[in-house]
Order: sequence, then C-alpha cells, then structure tokens
Amino acid sequence: MKPVFMTYTKKDLINLAVCMVLSVLIIPSFITTEYWYTSILIPWLCLALATIGQQIVMGYTGQLALGAAGFMAAGAFAMFNLILRVPDLGFVGSLIVSGLIAAAFGILFGLPSLKVRGIYLMVATLASQFFIIWMIDKFGWFKNYDSSGIITAQDIVILGKPFTTPLAMYFVCLAVTTVLTLLAMNMARGSTGRNWMAVRDMDIAAESMGVSLLRTKVQAFAISAFYCGVAGALFAFCYLKSLEPVAFDIKLSFKILFMCILGGLGTINGAFIGAAFILLFPVLLNAIGNNVFHGAIDATIISSIEQVIFGGLMIIFMIYEPLGMAKLWENLKQSLKLKLSSSGIKSVKSPAQKSE
Amino acid sequence: MVDELLFFMEVLVGGLLAGTMYSLVALGFVLIFKASATFNFSQGAMVFFSVLAFCGFMQDFNIPFVLAFILAALLMVVVGLCTERLVLRPLMNASEDTVLMATIGLGYVLEGLAQAAWGVEVRRLDLGIGDFPVPWIADNLKLFISALDITAGLVAAIMIIGLFLLFKYTKIGLGLRAVADDAGAASSIGIPLKHIMLLVWSAAGVVALVAGCMWGARAGVQFALVDLALKALPVLIIGGFSSIPGAIIGGLIIGAVEKVLEVYIGPFFGGAIEGWAPYVLAIFFLLYRPEGLFGEKIIRRV
Repeated sequence: MKPVFMTYTKKDLINLAVCMVLSVLIIPSFITTEYWYTSILIPWLCLALATIGQQIVMGYTGQLALGAAGFMAAGAFAMFNLILRVPDLGFVGSLIVSGLIAAAFGILFGLPSLKVRGIYLMVATLASQFFIIWMIDKFGWFKNYDSSGIITAQDIVILGKPFTTPLAMYFVCLAVTTVLTLLAMNMARGSTGRNWMAVRDMDIAAESMGVSLLRTKVQAFAISAFYCGVAGALFAFCYLKSLEPVAFDIKLSFKILFMCILGGLGTINGAFIGAAFILLFPVLLNAIGNNVFHGAIDATIISSIEQVIFGGLMIIFMIYEPLGMAKLWENLKQSLKLKLSSSGIKSVKSPAQKSE
Repeated sequence: MVDELLFFMEVLVGGLLAGTMYSLVALGFVLIFKASATFNFSQGAMVFFSVLAFCGFMQDFNIPFVLAFILAALLMVVVGLCTERLVLRPLMNASEDTVLMATIGLGYVLEGLAQAAWGVEVRRLDLGIGDFPVPWIADNLKLFISALDITAGLVAAIMIIGLFLLFKYTKIGLGLRAVADDAGAASSIGIPLKHIMLLVWSAAGVVALVAGCMWGARAGVQFALVDLALKALPVLIIGGFSSIPGAIIGGLIIGAVEKVLEVYIGPFFGGAIEGWAPYVLAIFFLLYRPEGLFGEKIIRRV
C-alpha cells in the first residue's frame, strides 16, 4: 500500500501558514467593501479552482481539453437539483456529489483521449461543452421546469447556519478551495502526478514503463472534471447566485484555458496567478479608461483591447516563456536569492557547495 | 409519400449546400495545415476579421464593392505577413501544441482588433444574392433551395478547382507540396520557405474572406461567426486535416447530417441538436478512423 499523503516540507508549511494568515486574518480585517468579495475574491477562488481542474488535465497530463465550462455547468446544476430534491445531503455533501456527477461526465468525454491527442482531442472535448449546455437547456427537469431561464440559487446553509453575507460566502469558497488545492498538490507530487507527467512527456514511453494509459488519462479527466464541477457549483451559488446555462458557455472555457496557460502549465500556484490576472486585468483597464480618459473610450472598445492584450500575451508567452507567469515568479525569486547571497547579506549555501 | 420524399430531398440538398459553407472555412484550415503542419485555430477569427473589414470598408468609407473586396484581401495578406513574421517564425521549432495555443492567442488578437476598429454591432452584408428559394428550381423540381446556398456551392467548387490547379500545375504549387512533405529538405534545396508560408497564409486569408462573405450574407456579420467557424473542426476531423477534397466532403457530410438529424430527430429532444451533433459525429470518427476519410495515417514515433 502506497502512502496516500505526501509528507510536507517545512517550506510548504510556512507557505500554507502565510496564505492562511493572509486570507483568514488579514484580508477580512482590511477589506471591508462588499465589492471586493462579491466581484473579485469569490470569483477568483472559484475560477482558480476550475483552473486547477484544467491544469490537471492539460498542464499535468498534457491533454488539450477545452470543456471546463461544460463540467462547471454540470456541477452547478447538479448542486441545484441535489439541494432541491435531496435536502438531507446538506451543502457539503451536495457539493461532493455534484463534483462526482461532473466527474462522471469527465470520464465519458475523456474516453476519446485514449485514441487521439492535440487538436483532435480538443474537438472531442468541445462536444462535451456543447452537449452538456444543450442538455441542461432543453430538458426542463434540470431547471425544475422554470420557464424564466434564470433560476435563483438556493441559500447556502451549512449545519443549520446560513452563509449569505459576502464575507461568509468568501469563507465557504476559501475553505473548499484550500482543501482541494492541498489535495491537488498532494496528487501532483505523489505517484498519481508522476504518472500524469510521464504520460504528458511521452505517453508511449510511459506505457512501456508500466504506466496504464487508460487508468492515468481517465483518472486525470475524472479528477479534472470533479474540480471543475465543484468550482462551477461554487461559482453559481456564491458568485452568480443564479443558474443559467448561458453563463457557462464556450467563452468561459476559453477564459479558463487562458488562465491555465498564462498562469503557467503544470503548476498549481499558476492557476491562482492566472485567474487573478485574467480577472483583475479588465478591472484595471476599466479603471484606466474611467480615470485617465474619463470615459472617453467606449466600454466595448476597452473590452476589445483587453481581448487583443490577452491574445498578444498568449503569443508572447508561447514564444518566450511557455511555462507562464508561475515560471516568471520562480525566476524572480531565484534571481533575488542569488543577489542576496552574492551581496553577502545572507549566505545561502546550495547543496553543491555543501558537498565540496 | 412523394411529398415526404421531396421534403427529405429538400432537407438533404439544403444541408449539403449549407455544408459547403463549412467547407469554405475548413479549406483555409487545410491550406495552412498542408504547408506547415500547423493547426491554425484562428481561422474562424480570420473569417470574422476579414469580412468585418470588408463591411467596414464598404459601409464606413463608401468604397465600392470590388475595391473594398480587394482592399480586404490585401489586408489579409498583411495579416498573413505579420503572422508569419511575429508568430510562426519565432515558434519554428516549438511543439505543435505550443503553436496551436499561439494561434488561439492570434484568434483573440484578430477578434479584438476587428471589434475595436469596426465596432460590435451586427452588420448586414448584401451581396445582391437573396437568401430565398430560386423560383426556377421551385417551379420545375418542386424543391425550395436558397440562391445563396447555390452560390456558396458554386464558389466552393471554383475555389477547389483553382486550388487544385495551383497545387498541381504551378511552380508555386510544387514548392508548396515540397514544403508540406519536408520543410527542412525543401529549404535546403533552395525553396524560399518564408515566401511559401506568406503565400499560404495569404491564400488562407482570402479563403477566409470569401467564406466570411457567404456566412455574413446569411447570418449577418457578427461575432457569432467565430462560433460557427468552430464547426469547421469536426468537418476537418471527418475529412482529414490535410486533404482539400476531404474538407469539401467533410463539410457536405456535416451539413447534411446535422440538417437531417435536426429535422427528423431534433423535435424529440426539443431541437437545436445541430449545436453538438457535428462534434459527436466527429468523436465517432475519431474512435474508428482518427485520420479522417482522406487524411494521411497518423504515425507517431517513439
């Protein structure tokens, strides 16, 4: 029996502690405006979670998939129906089960990955995107026969306590994201992640080393869809507070793809960096438009410019740093460390020096 | 009974002709893939960009139809030039997945630029060909077939023949085939790789413009064209990525199957199954014949 949990190093624990102090103590005490929670922090956590899902299948396993939003929709509507029809499950139970339902879709639409890769697989995953949205849209049962098209999400109640204020919802998202992120890091470092990366780097070689392609790929798709499903449920219940299939269209899939690639393929922190960038950059552009040009530039032009910049960045990163912003951050840390050690402020001995 | 058969024929022919519209988009894709083994995800964006530019020239600057078309075509050549210089050349030795992601970025750039320059509202494009049944066919064959569909079919046929002749009988075509076969070997015997790439991207741009005109005349020139163009992907999977006839046959199959399914099976599921039916069809093809009907067999070496 292989150990299920990796041992964490001291550095990991420090990182975790810093993140927890930042997100649990510092952010709630300094940020008091609702806007930050409802429009930035909550969607950031939800989309970062979905991006981790995309990372697992694309960054770690190397399968070009483009259907994250479809799985998110599956998770969101599963959540709605579970709370509506099986109230005994409770919020957390429903969240887990809706993730599992999304995972079932992930397995189904991940099967073509056994045969094809690259753009072929992308087309197969597009099928999942369009099919899931269509299914939810056309069968009234999923929407509880609501004809208005937009359904209000139920309130979040955990153990009899309502979580309806922005701050409370932020904590719900934070808790779920933290647990799942830790799990993802665990998987990525353990034998599961090593199998994924072996398949990514050379699937035929991995297979000849005894890694089962069927198992590894299907597992990656299932786990990825689970993450997307949970993220979709949170996205609908904490951020949108409503459910409509249109919110999970192909544009959202592309957005998550961009978050994943710009953030840095094959990294977990890249998911958070990428999601933050894609979310905050339009806010920044709008602020520039409003404050520097005083609204002289039309909002549609600003969103067009935003698109040009995202696309341009994608090309630039592909050319100069295919590993994305996470790698840039890593490089920055490295060069800072080097500078510190060479200027003699703090002598950091590398393992090579020690052995000499 | 006869009426039912006629109705089926009408659905089928309408689907086939609508399929040639997908073929036109797929054609640009195949051109680039043949010459450089690059999956150009931005082909849909090129369709949108070129036809919006064409409309912009005509409607905002009052440039006459033919001149505007030539200007838009020239603009696509410039786009091709920039793409070759700024995107493809730096990524010469990158893996195909990396290039694919870069073309997704390129698509975003083109969509954004088009909307920034010419606005986001839906524009009408009048080619002088109505999207209504041709009276002559309606009277004699009792089939209601749109004039626009027939034009699209004719245009597609002309383009195929033109491209076929270009590939087969000209020196440029020979160079193209050589580059497609082995870019390294071709450049070592003195075939100018850069010019070939520029030519291919420009040709794909012009094909995109023509496809955009057809789509624009039917559905209006709008952002939704990009999503429609995504349907060229299943077309390519069915036809094979490297085959021009494949793009045509694939388009016809997708067009016919999605219309027939929509009309006969769609009502049982609340309709609108044409949104995903082509992709599911493509999955079945991928499972049984991943190289498509006319594509070269995919061989991967360890």
